[in-house]
Amino acid sequence: MPTSLTDLTIHAALDGLRAGDFTSVQLTEAHLARIATLEAQVRAFITVTPERALAQAHAADSRLAQGDDAPLLGIPLAIKDVLSTEGVRTTCGSRILENYIPPYTATAVARLEAAGMVMVGKANMDEFAMGSSTENSAYAITRNPWDPQRVPGGSSGGSAAAVAAQMALGALGTDTGGSVRLPASYCGVVGIKPSYGRVSRYGLVAYGSSLDSVGVLAKDVQDAALVLGAMAGHDGRDSTSMPDAAPDFAAAVDGSLAGVRVGLPQEYFVEGVQPAVEVAVRAAVAQLEALGATIVPVSLPNTDKALSVYYLVATAEASANLARFDGVRFGYSAGADNMFENFRQTRGHGFGAEVKRRIMLGTYALSAGYYDAYYGKAQQVRTLIKDDFARAFAQVDVIACPVAPTTAFRIGEKSDNPLEMYLSDIFTVPVNLAGVCALSVPCGFDAEAMPIGLQLIGPHMGEAAILRVAHAYEQATNWHTRRPTMGSESPYAERAETTEIA
Amino acid sequence: MHISNDEVRHVAELAKLALSDDEVSTYASQLSAILDYADSLRQVDTSHVPPTPHVLPLENMLREDVAQPSLPNNAALANAPMQANGFFEVRAVFEDAGDA
Repeated sequence: MPTSLTDLTIHAALDGLRAGDFTSVQLTEAHLARIATLEAQVRAFITVTPERALAQAHAADSRLAQGDDAPLLGIPLAIKDVLSTEGVRTTCGSRILENYIPPYTATAVARLEAAGMVMVGKANMDEFAMGSSTENSAYAITRNPWDPQRVPGGSSGGSAAAVAAQMALGALGTDTGGSVRLPASYCGVVGIKPSYGRVSRYGLVAYGSSLDSVGVLAKDVQDAALVLGAMAGHDGRDSTSMPDAAPDFAAAVDGSLAGVRVGLPQEYFVEGVQPAVEVAVRAAVAQLEALGATIVPVSLPNTDKALSVYYLVATAEASANLARFDGVRFGYSAGADNMFENFRQTRGHGFGAEVKRRIMLGTYALSAGYYDAYYGKAQQVRTLIKDDFARAFAQVDVIACPVAPTTAFRIGEKSDNPLEMYLSDIFTVPVNLAGVCALSVPCGFDAEAMPIGLQLIGPHMGEAAILRVAHAYEQATNWHTRRPTMGSESPYAERAETTEIA
Repeated sequence: MHISNDEVRHVAELAKLALSDDEVSTYASQLSAILDYADSLRQVDTSHVPPTPHVLPLENMLREDVAQPSLPNNAALANAPMQANGFFEVRAVFEDAGDA
């Protein structure tokens, strides 16, 4: 029996709700109370929505009483603040949208609400999802629940921290170059980035439109499968949404690994990978082999080009997408009396440093005289990266590798050197460029007790395979059950108080 | 690759971003470093490689050309900094715009 309702997984909470052991209102109040206790230390949220949450919980309890078995009925979740929520401000972590209240709801969120979700709040993030640490939020720096002096990863750092700190049973994040998997790895939770086209992008404020995916952060693989299943599937409002119906991911997680071929790409075990990360990932691969999988060496030879391709393609797309923030239709307006001067000042003052840097880089890569050398070239090398994965998946069912070269770094450690920060994404960006799916599952800790993630990559629309392998791994290990020690009397609280954040 | 302060100002004007002098010099050195890193792409032979603008096997996703409900006017305007007579209002386009 768990000591508290906030210790539960989603699937255990659903069992308890359906059996009448507790109500959604009790479950929601427990999470809101935990947020009230820990939020000053963790800063996982931009907006907490207690009244809305309790109203949704009451509605869920009425539906439960009528025997409704909607897949997430009464479950408190956090939503990354880049997904539009009608009537609840959606800032994208940016000052430029500080007072923006969307007139409609993103499809991913609307589907979870239809499935009975209770939204506890909008999670903190790097501004417009641009970052690997959540230090680029205009509102707060989220702290890692395992160590308040370290980053939670980014850009979905608030979502990952909220799950790790048990302030929500799960969360939605988004992943353009690793923004679900990296914080999942750094915070010791499960994070899945589905295939491009699997989950509708309607209502997701766009960063890199050919790369953006809505994903899930959860306490275990079964929970991630449940949430993904509730929001996946075709949406006529997104022309890049695949027509496929969503399979029953939660049912697909069970199964033996006998005969499953796991590829090990040599390019992901290179100099610069923290030894503890390599040891943990290789041990996880050995565990998969012990469970019946066949390990096959594979090569993804263009891996070392992926980061350059990503930062040209994503920033080029961002420079076009963020042109909409001009102080005319929504958001902050600087109030200059000339239209063009108002564009310049609104954007110059409204955007933070990293967003401006990426708009500048993308504009440069698209500008006359440089388009072919940078953007055009990057799109061609993207083809080679995509072909690498196609060749590998002709030989294997899934690919196993690290999520990131290191565990969570210290707050402020990489803020002054953008390129150094970008290198955190070196093992996650190839997946987005190829449009395939991947997840992070906890596979150990380093000597300083920081979590390590195993990345499992699957082919396009191959989520069932990576979920099954990750679930089998989880059944054989207990890394995913470890939670950080927090609370007002804990060493965490003392260290959080003494951490200076500029 | 060395990006000059003038090139940074030119790009900032294309992107309609007001930058301080400090930001201009910071971005000049940071963009130079990032583009140096990206220069490794030049060594890749892509003479016979088509570009990948997106990864999906989909094209021309169309629906029936039938009007569907859209946002009511007041909801579409609710977040606008300035509005007039049911429209978004912009600031004067020309420096010397009068009241005419």
